[in-house]
Amino acid sequence: MTPAVHRVVERREETRDVTTLMLEPVEGPRLAFRPGQFNMLTAFGVGEVAISVSGAPREEGPLRHTVRDVGAVSHALCQRQVGDLVGVRGPFGSDWRVSPDCAPGPILDVHDVVVIAGGIGLAPLRGAVHELVARSHETGGRVFVLVGARDPSQVVYHDDLEAWDREGAVVLVTVDRGTPEWRGRVGLVTALLADAGFDPSSTAALICGPEIMMRFSARALVDSGVDASRILVSLERNMQCGLGWCGHCQLGPFLLCRDGPVVPYSGVVSTLLNERER
Amino acid sequence: MSTTTPPPSEVSLRRGDVVRLWPEGLDGLIGVLRDMGYDVKGPTVRDGAIVPGRLDGAHDLPVGWRDEQSPGRYAVHWANDELAFSWAVGPGSWKAEFFPAAQVQWHAERHGDTYRFNESVESLRPLAIVGARPCELAALDVLDRVLRDGALPDPRYVARRDGAFVVVVECARPASTCFCSSMGAGPGIEGGFDLALTELSDADGHRYLVRIGSERGALAIARVDHEQGLDVDRAARVIQLDASVVGMTRQLETDGLAELLVRNQENPRWLDVAERCLSCANCTLVCPTCFCSDVHDTTDVTGAVTRNRTWSSCFDLDHSFLHGGPVRASSSSRYRQWMTHKLSTWWDQFDTSGCVGCGRCITWCPVGIDITDEAKAIGRSDRALAVGRSR
Repeated sequence: MTPAVHRVVERREETRDVTTLMLEPVEGPRLAFRPGQFNMLTAFGVGEVAISVSGAPREEGPLRHTVRDVGAVSHALCQRQVGDLVGVRGPFGSDWRVSPDCAPGPILDVHDVVVIAGGIGLAPLRGAVHELVARSHETGGRVFVLVGARDPSQVVYHDDLEAWDREGAVVLVTVDRGTPEWRGRVGLVTALLADAGFDPSSTAALICGPEIMMRFSARALVDSGVDASRILVSLERNMQCGLGWCGHCQLGPFLLCRDGPVVPYSGVVSTLLNERER
Repeated sequence: MSTTTPPPSEVSLRRGDVVRLWPEGLDGLIGVLRDMGYDVKGPTVRDGAIVPGRLDGAHDLPVGWRDEQSPGRYAVHWANDELAFSWAVGPGSWKAEFFPAAQVQWHAERHGDTYRFNESVESLRPLAIVGARPCELAALDVLDRVLRDGALPDPRYVARRDGAFVVVVECARPASTCFCSSMGAGPGIEGGFDLALTELSDADGHRYLVRIGSERGALAIARVDHEQGLDVDRAARVIQLDASVVGMTRQLETDGLAELLVRNQENPRWLDVAERCLSCANCTLVCPTCFCSDVHDTTDVTGAVTRNRTWSSCFDLDHSFLHGGPVRASSSSRYRQWMTHKLSTWWDQFDTSGCVGCGRCITWCPVGIDITDEAKAIGRSDRALAVGRSR
C-alpha cells in the first residue's frame, strides 16, 4: 500500500520538540478519518512512523498531525517546511466512539465525559474534544478536559484549551514541575479528578498519555465510581505497517494497529497495563 | 485427428480418487507439473540439511537420506536406500516462498514536484511444491490468516500463494522433536492439498498411495503412468500413520494452554528460561508461522525511495522499540512474548494456534530450549501456585 503524497501547507511549533503539520493532498480530496485513528506518515527517504490524526472531522481545512521529535523519522517530519512533501497512509485503527459514525460505545449514553491527556497525548484526543464540546451544546452534557504536562512549556494547543473553556468545557491544566511564571496547578493529573465535579454514575472517560499515567487515571476513575467499561484508553506500541502484517504492535491479544489504538479499559486491558514489559 | 476427445484416463479421474504411483511416476509427475507451467520445488539436500530447492526430477529429492534431530542438534546421513521421504522437516520452511525474507514493497521516483509510485508485486510462474509435509500445509494455513484472509491482504503474498500447486507427503518417520499430532497438524492429512502422497515400502514394493484433492490434481495425475488404488495400500497407510503417531514421543498438552499462559505472565519460570535463552532469534527464523517483519526505506542520489520489508523477530531488542527504548528489554519478557503469542494470543488474533508442532524451534535452538518442556513447566508452576493460593 503506497502513501498518498501530501504537501505541508502550514506548520506550527507547539513546543521545543513538538510540531504540528497541516497537510493537503497533492491529488484528490482530504482523507476521511474518525477521531482517535492514526496515519502512517512517511518522511521520504528516511522512513515511516505512526502518528495520530489530531484534526477534527468537522473542522474544514488540511489534515492535521502533531509530531514529537523523538527519533530519526519523527525528527525529519518535524523539520519539514511549508511546501515539503510528506507521505500519508491510512487512516488506521479504532476511534474514540464520540460520534454516530464511530464504533458503538459508551460515550453517547452518558451525561459527563472526562478527557484526560498527558503531554502530547492531547493530540489524538483533540478531534474527540471538538466533537464532544459541539455535541454538549445539543445535549446539555458536560465535558471535562484534564491536561497534565511535565512543565508549562510542554502544554500544547493553548488556543484550543481556551476555546473549549469559552464554549463551556471545564478545562484544568497541571504540570509536574512549575516555573517562576507559572500560576497554575502543580501535581499529577489524577489530582484534578477530585476538583472536576463530574457525576461518576453517568460519566465516560477518554485517556491518552504515558502508560503509567493512564493506569493511575483509570484506577482513580474506577475508585471514584466510574464504570470501567466506560473508560477508553489509547495504547501504543511500535507500528511499522498499520495493516496487521508486521507484528510489532502486539500487546497481549491485540494487534494495536487493527484492534486499537483505542480500547476499553476492561479486564484484559487493566491486567496488561499492570504487567511489566508487555 | 480429433483433439477434442481426451484419452480415457483423463476423464476417469476425479477429486477424491485414490491411485497408486510407482517411483518412476513421481519423476513423471514433476515433469508434468513443469509442462503445466509450474516452477517445481521440493525438498533437496544442500549444505548438510534437507531444505527447499528446485526440482528438475525425482533425482533431486532426498532419496536415500535420513535426518537425526534432537534439541539443539540436526544432522543428515546417507542410508543408501530408495526412500525419498524418510525424514522430518529441516531448517527451511515453505514460508520463504510465499513471504520472502527480504522483499521490496514499493519504489518511488521523483516526478516533477511529487513522487510516482510503483507497488512491487512480482509476476512469477506459479509454484508447485512436491514434498511439503502436513505440518507445513498447516503452517501455510496459519500464514494465510495473517497475510491473506484479513481485511487488508498483502498483495505480494496473495500473488505467490494463489495458484500454488501442493503435493503433500505424509510423515512416516517423525523426528524426536516433532509434536504435530498434539497440534492436529500431522502426521497424516485429509485436505487442503492438490495431491497427497503416502510413501510405502514393504513386500508389495516401493510405491506411493496418491489421494487426489483437486480437479487440477486429477488432471496432473491423469498425465502420469498410474494404477488404480488398492485396499492393501490404504491399509498400509493407516498402519504407517499409526506407527508415526506412536513414534512421536514429544507432546504438548493444548487443553487450557491459552488460558494457562495468559494467567502466568508473572510466573518465575520466565526468568528460568531467560537464563538459558540467548535471544538469538533462531526459533523465529526457522518457525514456519512467525510473520514479524521490519519495514525500512532506502534512498539514492536521484531522490528515489524504496520501501523494503525484511523478516524480523520478537527476540530483537528493536522489535518493541518505542520512543525512548524497547518495551521488552529483558530476555524473559521476549521469550514470554514469543511463547505466549505462539500458543495463546494467536487464538485471539487469528482464531488458530500459531504452532503446528514441527519442532524446528527445538532442533534449531542452540541451547536446546524445548517449547513443550517450557509449557509443562509453566503448568507445574501454575498448579503449585494454585495450591499456595488455596492455603
